[in-house]
Amino acid sequence: MIEATSQSQARTATAARAERRTNWRTLLLALHSTLMYIFLYAPIVVLVLFSFTTDSFGARLTGFTFSWYGRLLQDQRLIGAAWNTLEVALVSTVLSTIIGTLMALAMERYRFRGRTSVDALLYLPIVIPEIVMALALLAFFAFSFGIIENITGRQLKMSLTTVIISHIAFSISFVVVVVRASLKGFDQRLEEAAQDLGANAWQTFWRVTFPLILPGIIGGALLAFTISLDDFIISFFTTGPGTSLLPIEVYSQVKRAVTPKINAISTLMLLISMTLVGLSQFVQRQRR
Amino acid sequence: MATESAPLGQAPNSSLDTLARRERGRLFGLLFPGLFWLIVFFALPLVVILLYSFLTPGPTGNVIWKFTLDNYITLFTKDLYVNAYVRSLWIGLVTTVVCLLIAYPLALYIVQRSPRWRNLLLFLVLIPFWTNFLVRTYAWMIILANNGVINSLLQAVGLPRQTLLNTTGAVLVGLIYGELPFMVLPIYASIDRFDFTLLEAASDLGASRARAFLRVMLPLTMPGVAAGSVLVFIPTVGQFVVSDLLGGAKVDMLGNLLQRLFTRSNPPNWPLGSAMALVFMLVLTVAIIFYFRTTTEEDR
Repeated sequence: MIEATSQSQARTATAARAERRTNWRTLLLALHSTLMYIFLYAPIVVLVLFSFTTDSFGARLTGFTFSWYGRLLQDQRLIGAAWNTLEVALVSTVLSTIIGTLMALAMERYRFRGRTSVDALLYLPIVIPEIVMALALLAFFAFSFGIIENITGRQLKMSLTTVIISHIAFSISFVVVVVRASLKGFDQRLEEAAQDLGANAWQTFWRVTFPLILPGIIGGALLAFTISLDDFIISFFTTGPGTSLLPIEVYSQVKRAVTPKINAISTLMLLISMTLVGLSQFVQRQRR
Repeated sequence: MATESAPLGQAPNSSLDTLARRERGRLFGLLFPGLFWLIVFFALPLVVILLYSFLTPGPTGNVIWKFTLDNYITLFTKDLYVNAYVRSLWIGLVTTVVCLLIAYPLALYIVQRSPRWRNLLLFLVLIPFWTNFLVRTYAWMIILANNGVINSLLQAVGLPRQTLLNTTGAVLVGLIYGELPFMVLPIYASIDRFDFTLLEAASDLGASRARAFLRVMLPLTMPGVAAGSVLVFIPTVGQFVVSDLLGGAKVDMLGNLLQRLFTRSNPPNWPLGSAMALVFMLVLTVAIIFYFRTTTEEDR
């Protein structure tokens, strides 16, 4: 993801000359950038620091304690919500990765009528405001549950299933984008070579194509997993009463009262996100 | 839906009919699950709110199947809703402009570092973006609260407390903080592609630094600026978490009204909420098209 495509040496030389000439400009830029990094990291540092404070209002650093982390373990609601979040993230990641990979193959390897429309349909979930999508899904579920009840008499309710369905609808597009990128740099002659050597389509896919695009698929899956773990808005509107997810639980606790316990759970969530980023960076480095 | 299909690598061979049919079947198999999911769980829900937006709200929060345009009329005539649109767009605009002004110099600085530093600095911008939005917003709550970090520091040096939380300023800070990486990345990418010798050329031809920047560098890095602005603007206008947590009930944005219309208000009003969401999407699309048109004109 972060790949500095270094340009020609000539540019660096010119830039260096310009830099010497306008030293104070660089200094100003450096100062600005330093302030920006402080702006970016100060809240995170404060958040982590105050998860260890003994002050129960979380306003002062009165002493050091691990007790807030201990209390997390006693909060059954929070733990239940964490398991729900994990379940949703795992199921939706697996399904959206499979569906998205298939779709990426179709979009990259075939020309067909309506391809541009499918492309548009794929990009819409990325650009549409999340809250509009969330409300539309809420309305859709209520609407179709009403119809189902009228026809079959069965009463369906919003639950983890509706959250999973919604997360998949949201994640497919992101998986497709990432997997398509890995298919673009793919040398198709390798597949032709395999087929010339007598491999059928199935063997060619599993022995040649799949291993080569695997880093892209893993990248897409990690993205889908992170999006699902972090999602608040869509989960908030598509979950049922009584089924909470971690971000929703944090939101409702924050609305009630600010305590260092929320800092503790936030710090843990922070650690998980960072581990995932580290993992995806590692996978991408393996690719090179 | 797919009637003609041919693998990209090979030329379609008309004599091999069975092969063509098999390819078509394969394409259908690849496309079907995703297409099905996106149509049923993405396109159809949008159709449902389009339908709802023309129906009548019932007294218990239900929907009455009677066609009406009242929802749209209410949106454009009641101050509460008109103001929410104007305020949200305004907050979105301010957030985007401030992000742009602080992200551009930062991106420029990163580009001018050595490759190793560049990767590290860029990575450091990305990390906060990978953390949960709610967590980031909560961090600002502790900083800005009445007995929060800033006020504690102020008191420690003998200054009076300030009301920082539950203000428009707090909402703006939270939004800028949350969206900044979205602005830095595209701008970084386009500055990285920019040929700095062009600035030399401009100054050799007698242009001042400021002029060279405005007439050469800015237009050529405009694609990044445009992409970043849209990436920041869209989620900002639709926010309800940041305005809810940092603005209290005082800073009502579209997202807050939408949330209330669908879940909180007594009774809920889904038809009006649906109309509001659709108009919001439309306004946003028009704003973005308009923006891209003006920025590409500047390109020439």
